[in-house]
Amino acid sequence: MPDSGKKAGLAAVSIRRRVVDALATGAAGAAVLLVLLPLVAIFGYLLYKGFGSLNWAFLTQTPKPVGEAGGGMANAIGGSILILGLASIMGVPLGIGAGIYLAEFGRGRFADLIRFTADVLNGVPSIVIGIVGYSIVVLRQKHFSALAGGVALAIMMVPTITRATEEMLLLVPIQVREAAYGLGVPHWRTTISITLRTATSGVITGVMLAFARIAGETAPLLFTAFGNQYWNWNVNQPTAALPLQIFNYAISPFDEWRRQAWAGALILIILIVLAVTAVRIAAGRGMLKGVS
Amino acid sequence: MGNRALGTPHLSGPELFAKEEVSSNARTRPALLIPERSSKWADGTFHAAMWGCAAAVLAIVGLIVYELITKGQLAWHAFGWKFFFTRDWDPVNDQFGALPFVYGTIVSSILALIMSVPLAVGVAIFITEMSPRWLRSGLAFTTELLAAIPSVIYGLWAIFVLVPLLRLYVEPFLARYFGWTGLFEGAPFGIGMLAAGFILAIMIIPIISAITREVMTAVPQQQREAVLALGATRWEMIRVGVLRNARAGIVGGIILGLGRALGETMAVTMVIGNRAEISRSLLAPGHTMASVIANEFSEATGDLYLSSLVQIGLALFLVTIVVNILAQLLVWTVTRGTPARSNA
Repeated sequence: MPDSGKKAGLAAVSIRRRVVDALATGAAGAAVLLVLLPLVAIFGYLLYKGFGSLNWAFLTQTPKPVGEAGGGMANAIGGSILILGLASIMGVPLGIGAGIYLAEFGRGRFADLIRFTADVLNGVPSIVIGIVGYSIVVLRQKHFSALAGGVALAIMMVPTITRATEEMLLLVPIQVREAAYGLGVPHWRTTISITLRTATSGVITGVMLAFARIAGETAPLLFTAFGNQYWNWNVNQPTAALPLQIFNYAISPFDEWRRQAWAGALILIILIVLAVTAVRIAAGRGMLKGVS
Repeated sequence: MGNRALGTPHLSGPELFAKEEVSSNARTRPALLIPERSSKWADGTFHAAMWGCAAAVLAIVGLIVYELITKGQLAWHAFGWKFFFTRDWDPVNDQFGALPFVYGTIVSSILALIMSVPLAVGVAIFITEMSPRWLRSGLAFTTELLAAIPSVIYGLWAIFVLVPLLRLYVEPFLARYFGWTGLFEGAPFGIGMLAAGFILAIMIIPIISAITREVMTAVPQQQREAVLALGATRWEMIRVGVLRNARAGIVGGIILGLGRALGETMAVTMVIGNRAEISRSLLAPGHTMASVIANEFSEATGDLYLSSLVQIGLALFLVTIVVNILAQLLVWTVTRGTPARSNA
């Protein structure tokens, strides 16, 4: 802030204007505190209640019937991994491919249409994606399945990854590409081994953002993956997922289940944070800096 | 690329060796030996594959629209426009009117905006214009952390912390002092429209404040200096020099927040009470378009029932798209010309 300019005029500033200035500063500061309050409250409660309810059984056992103490969410953690894996297999290559198209070939009306479409897709409410997952997979298979959940989440990943990839590839200087062409490297090889490689850490950050976004999604799984009380690794069967289990337990009237909902929420947050930091560290190592 | 096409095939001995030496350390050396035709073929294939991925994005949105329209057709033929203006939601007698959900969505979103806009803009002002430098990035990161919390965890927190607070303190207070407005009548359950508005407000603050920050940063520094040079206080500088210039973009950010609030599902479902009624009191339970789909879709028996829910989904889809496009345009009017990252 250029403070010197302000000081010169300070003598002429009336008291009323100075009071208004101070009030505005105070109000903005108060807004910050008010916004930080729920954040602190949420994380505080999550840690307090979550760690209080977390134990070995929670991580290794499947749910017990109502009324019995104990049991856990191991199958839901496994189910989440299965669904997120399916979603990533489908969504990540598609998103990166579309991003490459936009960055390397994307001039003209078609590319603008794709950019616009990706932004539209980004804003579609997740519950609507759930309906679509239901009608394109569940209705055809005639039953709920992990695959349907994976498809729904994959659709949610694509726009984020596409726009992030495009943005990161465009940051790679044109000279890098020209240097590759000068050596006689074909266009496709340049894009994959030079441009994409240079932008790797940025692209991975985009992928992780998309991953973190879908990892906690519940609405698209309600009538696709549906949930399951037992272990399931079959992509064609209904599957438990951590967010679904948290939801079902949170709205249940049983104290034991509500307690486990907190533990599940803590695990979910930890998984999201771990996934993001792990890949960040891996991506930061040995990659060209100065890109993202 | 043109260089290679001209040079490679005609290289004589010594030149070839010279080239080999120059590029002996490069990873890409084998590429020099690929014959022209195969690389053209590979380039074409690559281009086509990437085009396919891009086209798939378009196809996905097309598929969404197609599925929603075809699956919602039954309800459309049965009720037409009337669907959105009647208030009977009676699955037993196959009578469906979505008015209570439309009402709930609008009211909860407006409540959320009323509570979040002043806070979000205040935070943005503090971070961009007032905060000491060492605090700036930390604050920005922390508020954005709010956006990373999954919706279901907001709902969980709301059920066990926010709702009891509302029931015990906030709602009795509102009923006593503002009961005469008719907005705060009835028993304070905690669960209801007000709780939904509260949790939505917390959830959309990071979006609105991030966009507001972005457009405020896009306002040229000269604007600030010019206003300060006229002897303005810092607040006057912000009001005249920054906010007035960033106005359209801030409205865009608010509308983007509205778009998020309209489609938000889980947290709202968990605290709104899920009753298909229209009540003037904000303390009464309600339902939103998203929450009714979440609650009833997997139990919907009967084609007309399911089709009605899909129809609500289609309406939600169209409204959020219009809202998002409007917001993007508004943000763009401010940030264009500056290298901004306007990806919400």
